[in-house]
Amino acid sequence: MTAHTKGSGTTWVGRSLRRVEDPALVTGQGRFTADLPAVHWVRFVRSSVAAGTIGSITAPDGAGIVTAADLKSLKPIRPMLSKFNYVAVGQPILADGVVRFTGEAIAAVYARGKDEAEDIAELIEVEIAETSPLIDAIDALADGAPLVHAEATGNVIVEGRIVTPGFDEVWKTAHTIIRVDGRSRRQNATPMEARAGHAAFDASTGRVTLTCTTQMPHLTRTAVCDIIGMPESDLRVVAPDVGGGFGQKMSLAPEYVLLVWLARKLRSSVAWTEDRRENLIASFHSRDQHVELEGAFDKGGKLLALRGDIVANVGAYSCFPTTSGVEPLMALAELPGPYDVRAYHCRSRGVLTHTCPMAPYRGVSRPVITFVLERLMDKAAAFFAIEPTELRRRNLIDTFPYTSATGLVFDDGSYKATMEMAIAAIDLRSFRKQQQTARENGRYLGIGFATFSERTGYGTPAFAARGMAISPGFETVHLSIDPSGFVEARIGSSPHGQGLRTSLAQIIADEIGIDPEFIKVVHGDTDRSPYGWGTFASRSLVLSGGASLIAAQKIRAKLVKMAGHMLEAAPEDITLQAGSAHVIGTDRSITIATLVRAAYHQVHIFNGEIEPGMTETGTYDPSGTFSNACHVALVEVDIDTGRVEMKKFLVAEDAGLIINPMIADGQVHGGVAQGIGNALLEEIIYDETGNILSSTLADFLPPTSREIPEIELHHIETLTGNSITKAKGLGEGGAIGAPAAVISAINDALSPFGVSIDEMPATPQRIRAALRSSGKLPSHGRFA
Amino acid sequence: MTDKTNITLNINGRNHAISVESRRTLADAIREECGQTGTHIGCEHGVCGACTVLVSGEPVRSCLMFAQQAAGKEIRTVEGLARGDEMHPMQRTFMENHGLQCGFCTPGFLMLAVGVLEKEPDISDHDLVDVLSSNLCRCTGYQNIIKAVRAAAIEMRQS
Repeated sequence: MTAHTKGSGTTWVGRSLRRVEDPALVTGQGRFTADLPAVHWVRFVRSSVAAGTIGSITAPDGAGIVTAADLKSLKPIRPMLSKFNYVAVGQPILADGVVRFTGEAIAAVYARGKDEAEDIAELIEVEIAETSPLIDAIDALADGAPLVHAEATGNVIVEGRIVTPGFDEVWKTAHTIIRVDGRSRRQNATPMEARAGHAAFDASTGRVTLTCTTQMPHLTRTAVCDIIGMPESDLRVVAPDVGGGFGQKMSLAPEYVLLVWLARKLRSSVAWTEDRRENLIASFHSRDQHVELEGAFDKGGKLLALRGDIVANVGAYSCFPTTSGVEPLMALAELPGPYDVRAYHCRSRGVLTHTCPMAPYRGVSRPVITFVLERLMDKAAAFFAIEPTELRRRNLIDTFPYTSATGLVFDDGSYKATMEMAIAAIDLRSFRKQQQTARENGRYLGIGFATFSERTGYGTPAFAARGMAISPGFETVHLSIDPSGFVEARIGSSPHGQGLRTSLAQIIADEIGIDPEFIKVVHGDTDRSPYGWGTFASRSLVLSGGASLIAAQKIRAKLVKMAGHMLEAAPEDITLQAGSAHVIGTDRSITIATLVRAAYHQVHIFNGEIEPGMTETGTYDPSGTFSNACHVALVEVDIDTGRVEMKKFLVAEDAGLIINPMIADGQVHGGVAQGIGNALLEEIIYDETGNILSSTLADFLPPTSREIPEIELHHIETLTGNSITKAKGLGEGGAIGAPAAVISAINDALSPFGVSIDEMPATPQRIRAALRSSGKLPSHGRFA
Repeated sequence: MTDKTNITLNINGRNHAISVESRRTLADAIREECGQTGTHIGCEHGVCGACTVLVSGEPVRSCLMFAQQAAGKEIRTVEGLARGDEMHPMQRTFMENHGLQCGFCTPGFLMLAVGVLEKEPDISDHDLVDVLSSNLCRCTGYQNIIKAVRAAAIEMRQS
């Protein structure tokens, strides 16, 4: 074997190549689902109450309306886990006799125009006998609470427990026990494009094309066909340009099933565009959790044992395909974070309530458990009277591979190194001086650190460990060079803003010696791309990148063999560069386009040693790899108003080899901004009757450019053996660490008052309530 | 609500003779009656700014304006920013600085920024961030949008 020579002499990987996605998007030529014309427009009639039984549904004469009575042949959405005492519950496509959350679809109205459909929907009268709803998970757990689904005793749909052997003995040896009662309020991922679907029936073939805002086109096809009972070959699912997803668009929308069913019934095209209120009340929610956490420390501040009890409010139904186990089980497995702790005792439950179903949202549980765990570490640091970073230094893992108390295997990382990098970059020592001076002047500055891991790029084994009936994981890439010499990579991932077309082209270009501008990546169309799982869980660059590399290695081997034949040289003397195959040390070369043309049109010259054509398949299904980072937030808290001003945010991050630094930085920026929003502003608020009070973007508050400070980024690139491209995932890390860092900084700022803010979002109201209860507000404080 | 009025919308220099109900928003009319789908609708209640277009040079949220109110006025949308194959500096700097990810909010940000800089080419960095806070982006954390708009501002001042 000769040394591996990268394609064009310089490598494409590692460059901030401009995105191929952008020209269409900046000129208004992007194609989003809602841009498609349709014959019929659908409007859903949604429940105005959280719980009750449906009496009558009355529609004006001649109205096009669908109710559950029309859908008796459809199966419910019924995702399945085989472990953790999971109770399967079904979600009908339209509420069937019972409503279980405000916003649940009860009927679908269709008409020739969007406005007309809305007008008719307004005239639909639905009689509901309202019952008392369960909104908070703790209430749903109470003895004698009504059941959201009769099958789920005590409203517990899933329950996982881990107790390491000898836990109690370790616990008894503790020097001190530190406790946090953490609470994360409910959030909505809020992609700027709400959901939309468009189903068109083709009378000539009997097929339907469903264009929709999904992160998982193939799973959507499987799910819709299973529910309707139709062959998958009769349904094409297209994810065109998708305006952000953040997890909200990975779960199956019942609305899409209805659209396909209706398109077949009407033998026409039907479309639905969700409005923002629907998105906020009835798409999917997340992060509504109670986390009780206790840590047993020895006298040197070393964490010996961790005890947790997690309650995740999963809403009224279980999301497909992950199930509502996704939050509680992720929390169960990953609660110990990046800290070396051998004794672990945890119970984690998913609890049904009369609220909008929970589904994955960027970070899935880890933003919550990281915030609570980091509160624990900060409180322990305060107990030991040391810097929070010093306590972390004593507890972060630093030998690899590290197998956690829950059985997760951490590959090479830089947990301590990223923290030290962040401490130096932010200049912690001089900040402490500034903080002291400011306090003497009645100003409250705070600094917060979050050190965490981000499990990324995991294949089928990780999902199978949860007992999922559907275990996502592998990715496949079909890579071909056509007779024109242009390269096409068809992928099963379904990016929607991540720039994956650009990054994958960089990986492929290096391997086959063809510049990225000649490489087209095709995704989001089940007719054109191989069966795959879509884009979620910080996986696509690792998995589709790995599969692209494997396919490109095969193409490379074939090209080299052909070039050896045509240039009369040994294959090991051939290098592929800038679109040509060269014999090393000579001026002999042949263009790859000529080789490829020969593979199709002159295949006889290879004496049967070369298969015709130039298409190869790569599949990659790895165990997974952990990224890591240290986030630092600097804040100032106004004690009179409870307002938090973000002064600065700093990230020292390690996601392995960076394929495209510009894109990688953008992912971190966006995640951090969402995390800041989660920490300070965003909250879905139900009143006690189950009505949502935050159903506009003026109430549910994604941050603007005024709330997001400068984000300074630093990188370490640890090259892992767990990813063949050496790239780790990094889509979620920003959102995982930021809430913890921000809340930590607020608590640091308020440490003179002895308060502990253990709830997110840390709104001005909550901060003021804590300050008032401290009894330590300065007497001159007008609002005290 | 079926009474329709005939109006003409002038979008990017081209007249569109359309017939709309009084309640028709400018955003819907631009997208559906005039087929210019580059203008996106993110909330329909005037908060997110995805639907921002320029009407008589002013950035407006087209979901909060009725189509009839814009009749006869000069409307500019994202489709009108480039001159043939030559992109507007704002489009170019958004690409160069990674000022977009999913691209859904991008047309609104482009029109907002162009509208503001045409009127106030020397706007301060601080005021620029303030103005940009009228639109929402969920992907970029605003870092690169701000960088892109600042870069475009320099170019627009020079040209």
